Amino acid sequence: MSESHTSTELYTKQPFPSGYAKVGWGLTAVGLALVVVSYILNTERALFNNLIGFIFLASIAAGAVFYLALEYAVGAVWSTPFRRVTEFLGYLFPFVIIFSIPVLLNMHTLFHWSHSDAVAADKLLQVKAPYLNTEFFYIRNAVIVAVWIIFFYAMSRNSLIQDLTKDQRITKTNIKLGVAFIPIFAISISLFGIDWLMSLEPHWFSTIFGVYFFSGTVLGSLAVITYFVVDFAEKGLFFKGIRKDHYYTFGALLFGFISFWAYIAFSQFMLIWYANLPEENFWFIERWENGWKIVSIAMTLVHFWIPYFMLVARPSKMSPKNLKLSAVIIVLAHFLDLYWIVMPMYNSSPVFGFYEAAFPILSIGIILLVISRRARKYNLVPIGDPKLQRGIDFRL
Amino acid sequence: MSNSNVLYALTATFTSPDDIIRAAENVRDAGFKKFDVHTPYPVHGMDDAMGIKETKLGFVTLVAGILGAIGMILFIYWISAIDYPQVIGGKPYWSWPAFIPITYEITVLLSVLVTVGAMIAVFFKFPNVSHPLHDTSFMKKVSSDKLGISVQAVDAKYDEKLLREIFKKNHAESVEPVYYTEEFISFKPRMFDPKFLLLLAGVAIVSSACGYISWNKLAFMVPYDWMMEQDRINPQSVDTFYEDGFGMRMPVEGTVARGFMPYPYKGKPDDAGKYLVNPLLPTKETLELGKKKFLTFCSPCHGNFGDGDSRLNGQFPNPPTLHSDKVRNWPDGNIYHVITDGQNVMPSYQYQISREERWAIVHYIRALQRSQHAKETDLP
Ligand code: HEC
Repeated sequence: MSESHTSTELYTKQPFPSGYAKVGWGLTAVGLALVVVSYILNTERALFNNLIGFIFLASIAAGAVFYLALEYAVGAVWSTPFRRVTEFLGYLFPFVIIFSIPVLLNMHTLFHWSHSDAVAADKLLQVKAPYLNTEFFYIRNAVIVAVWIIFFYAMSRNSLIQDLTKDQRITKTNIKLGVAFIPIFAISISLFGIDWLMSLEPHWFSTIFGVYFFSGTVLGSLAVITYFVVDFAEKGLFFKGIRKDHYYTFGALLFGFISFWAYIAFSQFMLIWYANLPEENFWFIERWENGWKIVSIAMTLVHFWIPYFMLVARPSKMSPKNLKLSAVIIVLAHFLDLYWIVMPMYNSSPVFGFYEAAFPILSIGIILLVISRRARKYNLVPIGDPKLQRGIDFRL
Repeated sequence: MSNSNVLYALTATFTSPDDIIRAAENVRDAGFKKFDVHTPYPVHGMDDAMGIKETKLGFVTLVAGILGAIGMILFIYWISAIDYPQVIGGKPYWSWPAFIPITYEITVLLSVLVTVGAMIAVFFKFPNVSHPLHDTSFMKKVSSDKLGISVQAVDAKYDEKLLREIFKKNHAESVEPVYYTEEFISFKPRMFDPKFLLLLAGVAIVSSACGYISWNKLAFMVPYDWMMEQDRINPQSVDTFYEDGFGMRMPVEGTVARGFMPYPYKGKPDDAGKYLVNPLLPTKETLELGKKKFLTFCSPCHGNFGDGDSRLNGQFPNPPTLHSDKVRNWPDGNIYHVITDGQNVMPSYQYQISREERWAIVHYIRALQRSQHAKETDLP
């Protein structure tokens, strides 16, 4: 018996359903219209939301590069048949750059430390100025994003070439790239989070913030990957013989990163709450008073408790429907997380309106468009990869 | 094998995981129930191939985890909010965020221990530590580089010919029956074997020595002692940081200890009489408490009934009776004041007797006075 021994029918490329692009264009159009309207009506509020949208796209794209590198670095087999979805997400980088332009043009609206008179009057900002000044900020983040793009482009190009040449040496090259990227990613993602999110409140201290941002990033990115993998699998776009074993690995990884996020988020909260030092605790007080309490509690629910219990049992990690639903919840939770970090700087009490919906709609539209464009062009399965057959045969 | 004759199982070894998977599938499909697969490393997909149902062990873990979480949170609540409440960092006694890490750890610890315990006790049938396959050549092979399968003879469908066929079809390297050995049949767990006890004692000595060294020696060596070597002011010691050279600082003026009420009428008995009101009701409990404290603290000088008949035989001036008109007409506050602040040679008792107990004594003295000066309305 069993599919695993008789050789698999190898992947044949199928016409990609046009629904993705349709929904993608629709969402993009609606999102773009809302973005334009919000910039006209309230530029400041739009800018803060723009920052959220920018960080969201950046974290999905950067997280995808991380998973790509991770698969090669650790020699993972189970994820090989689905690696293309991860690779496609790297093509979000052009949009990341576009999203960053309004933010970069309006640094003064968002970042208190970018005002030279504020720095002149503030001892703490002066001490931080060697790191936190606009020139170094630009250079640093340009380098970070450039490094991400270079690594992504190199690995994904190699992978696509392998489809044609079936050259096994390419896998070796990519392993080297992946191993090199992981420590680089650890540092760059921390700096990225500190620069764009933590520095919104330059008086705040939290030594765990880099890890906090990392945990949200990898979780959000994994949720997007999981959604598309499960959706493509359900539509039969991959290969025959996708099993619960394959689903299970995604469920288990999601579950693990949900717990990891909660662990880091709670650690940050508890240590600050316990020490109760004024230079740390005000950040959480701002996110507890004036109605933020509800947002904070809601975030623990949607970012941890709900998806945690949705995925805790073994069978629920194998159910495609359940996986898709929890992936969607986590993506929304990632938005909420960024909102929770950014928006208290805009207004002392939480505001929800079409401004806040504009960038999520646009970002999701763009993700759908990017995915469908890539999926139409390239194989959905890396047919030249030497690990492919083992990945297809993967069993728990 | 030779010196006993009860058949335990038919075993076969294979060289590739694909063969053993297919062999297991065939054995399963042929309807055998009592068989097992032994491999030197986990073979993915084996559960399905053997037709093993999902283990129930997860429920054991779940229950243990829930019990651990609830038990621990209640336990910490009891410790820090009921049994030994202490103010730490100005937080309320019940500061749940601080308890989460411990609760989390105990949840994990208990679920792991119970899971492993249940696995050993229920699924491995502890304390049975012997198995017919032990020390067979089959076991030696499958614990190094072969993959093996064993079908027990007690299986309802046991059929040696069929099995040999299945094994052969799947390229079995060797097929051999395994018998209950003499050793197995006569095996008795020897818990009190001197060798075993000696081993236990050895383990105990070694582990306590390691514990001793790491906690008493290692922990005081560089770099582990860096936390102790911080700049700090030790209690009761001189310190040059402050001008007056005292390491310990006086509390800020006006500081009041928790639960302590400053007494504002020191040296002002009249004010005490005027403004203080007994906060307690003369209930049975109050009077009993008052009696107990009066007999303990006051009776040596004032006598059991407050008559001033001291038991001290003139070592201390005899106090006046408490039944005098003066004391009877005093407001409660005056008596309270005498206990709290003393009067002439009578010392203050504010440090020995709590506020509540002092008021209870006042009630008791009133009862004593009433017993000698009953009103007519007191008659039944
Ligand atoms: C060490 C012996 C001693 C003890 C113990 C003692 N007293 Fe006295 N008490 C005296 C003396 C002596 C006087 C008289 C002081 C004076 O000269 O005014 C006195 C006076 C009093 C008076 C005032 C009587 C008056 O007529 O002025 C009261 C009331 C009183 N004591 C209550 C108590 C109570 C209640 C206790 C127990 C908590 C107590 N005493 C314990 C020695 C004692």
